[in-house]
Amino acid sequence: MTKFLQTSIDGLAVGSLYALIALGYTMVYGTLKFINFSHASVFMLGAWFSLGVARLLGWGQAGAEVPIYAALVVLLATMTICGALGFAIERLAYKPLRSAPRLNVLITAIGIAMLIDNTAALEKKAEIAGYTIPIGFGTRPQRMPSLFQDKAVAEIAGVNIQFVDIVVVISAVVLMAGLQLLVFGTKLGAAMRAVSEDTRAAALMGIPVDRVISITFVVGTMLAAAAGFLFAAKYPGLNQPAAANWALLGLKAFVAAVVGGIGNIRGAVVGGILIGMIELFGAAYLFTQLRDVYVFVILIAVLLVRPTGLFPSGAVNKV
Amino acid sequence: MSEQPRDAWTSTPVIWLRSILPWLVGGVLAFALYRYGMWSESNQGSRLAMPIFHFKILSLIGINAIMAVSLNVVNGYTGQFSLGHVGFMAIGGYVSGAMTYYGSMILWQSTAIHGELFGGGDFLFLGALLCGGLVAALAGYVVGLPSLRLRGDYLAIVTLGFGEIVRLILTLTRPIKKTAEEVSQAGLLSITHNANGSWALDGWMISVGGALGFDGIPKYTNLFWIYLLCFATIIFCYRLKQSVLGKAFVSIREDEVAAEAMGVPTTRYKVLAFVIAAFFGGVGGGLFAHEVGILISPPEMNFLKSVDYVIMVVLGGMGSISGAVLAAIALTILPELLRDLSWIPFLPKALHDVSDYRLIIYALILICVMIMRPQGLMGIKEIWEVRPALWLRAKLARKEKSP
Repeated sequence: MTKFLQTSIDGLAVGSLYALIALGYTMVYGTLKFINFSHASVFMLGAWFSLGVARLLGWGQAGAEVPIYAALVVLLATMTICGALGFAIERLAYKPLRSAPRLNVLITAIGIAMLIDNTAALEKKAEIAGYTIPIGFGTRPQRMPSLFQDKAVAEIAGVNIQFVDIVVVISAVVLMAGLQLLVFGTKLGAAMRAVSEDTRAAALMGIPVDRVISITFVVGTMLAAAAGFLFAAKYPGLNQPAAANWALLGLKAFVAAVVGGIGNIRGAVVGGILIGMIELFGAAYLFTQLRDVYVFVILIAVLLVRPTGLFPSGAVNKV
Repeated sequence: MSEQPRDAWTSTPVIWLRSILPWLVGGVLAFALYRYGMWSESNQGSRLAMPIFHFKILSLIGINAIMAVSLNVVNGYTGQFSLGHVGFMAIGGYVSGAMTYYGSMILWQSTAIHGELFGGGDFLFLGALLCGGLVAALAGYVVGLPSLRLRGDYLAIVTLGFGEIVRLILTLTRPIKKTAEEVSQAGLLSITHNANGSWALDGWMISVGGALGFDGIPKYTNLFWIYLLCFATIIFCYRLKQSVLGKAFVSIREDEVAAEAMGVPTTRYKVLAFVIAAFFGGVGGGLFAHEVGILISPPEMNFLKSVDYVIMVVLGGMGSISGAVLAAIALTILPELLRDLSWIPFLPKALHDVSDYRLIIYALILICVMIMRPQGLMGIKEIWEVRPALWLRAKLARKEKSP
């Protein structure tokens, strides 16, 4: 029973991270209709930027006084940086390709991912006006400074509930609720849904399509950045930026988006939690080494039974 | 039916010659390249010799061309989107590697290379390549089946998942058996029941090294085999493109519904395209596994390598064989060229060393090409169909007529 509860809590935490990343995939797919392979890189940047910001503000040293609002500051800073970056990516790389075949956009996305990963892995330092500014985060794994108290806050029936887990789940829920409010409660959200349903018709109705797509992209990027920060908080040992495990995490989140029905925001959340649970339960109760295999097996199984995912997003393409 | 007008160009012996000529030329070229490589290696001082390093790149180009041209059958001709080509490569590589490694251990009690070119070892190697290709083709059939139900991006995701599953399962295989006794003791495949109640699988069939990679495969691959099989792949895929089957593939790419309405069995042909691509992908993987200085390992067979091959196909132009070959050449050489820029004339010395940035430059070039030339280098044409070549051919034809 203890093992079951512990696994559920871990699965919920990991699953909400997947859900946050999956939201970015699903939103971009909904509006731009392509798999955004650079999303995993933005997630990676989210983790590394939060490390960078925390160090810059002096919360990285051992024994440093970490104020209570530190996590919030780092989170907002990371989301802002990555949001700006996402805006630049969308404007420079994807906007010129609006009418190009989707395969080209996909490969451009892969190119962007390579660009981000390898730039982030640079180990150069630039001297500008007397300041040494590092370009890139280097090729060594580093440790994220702890911004929360590193202890179990509660122990119920032998299960340790870490403070980090609570923060991860609550932040994810808050962000997802915010997104829900944005997409289904505002005029901008209505425009987003319209663009996703039929871009040309939306343009004819006077919706500034380019701006809406940009905003959608930036929102997705910011969610990935938030997921990166939460990931760094939960697993402080950050792998180097160009490591393959970031891409694998991104892929799993993408699987979550597909399983939930790509293009569907609520589906992405359910898919994320589901994938997180399956992964951790499979690892805990079956073979630990196969934890990544379960995810892809589930993906193929779901797609074979329901090719559009568990919760398809309305319109089905028949031809 | 009226008799077709016959001239020298379409008479029976000439047609026979035309059908085997590419193979002959390809074989002779491959052999010449191989001999030149051997000669260069022993006469490094000579001005005519190329550095060994260049032959390494040449071999990689050949293997990459096989992979890109075979992937072109699925992604280019048929218009399906496969992101798991490296899964077939891994299957082919591991199956053929296990066959030569354990085969030579059983036959000759050692894993040293047995015999010269066309010696006993080479026949084992060719048989292993064929088996690797066939097993990969079987896997291609299994992966192709979901395409009965899935289209576009969803198919891409399934193939991607397939590639990842192959890679992750390969990391779970058992360590390599190092001696002949171990091999005979373990047998092909055995299941043992341990005292503590757990089951254990063993046997040389699944002892391919796990996450560390399959070390010790006898290195049979040389330039002759690479380029012979590369020519074979190119000729096969070119003739496929010209055939009725190839036209049916292209019709699926252009409009699946219309193709279906014209009586093309779309689902069966899509699976067939997967099987063909997987076979050659498996052969390419077999060559890769037996290449000198290469350790085939699961971390290397990740989906980014599949992406590399997709990039080659798209950059070359969807469905263009010469485009895929050109892109394979360009994308294999480019990262090497970017190690050191001193070959560019008039470039300031300060810009010579860019090896830290080479993947960044590579990515930038890729993005720029995709934005500025979305149809790829060749579009859907072959190299002899683009405008300069057509102009040249028209000029030559006029010259023949004029006297």
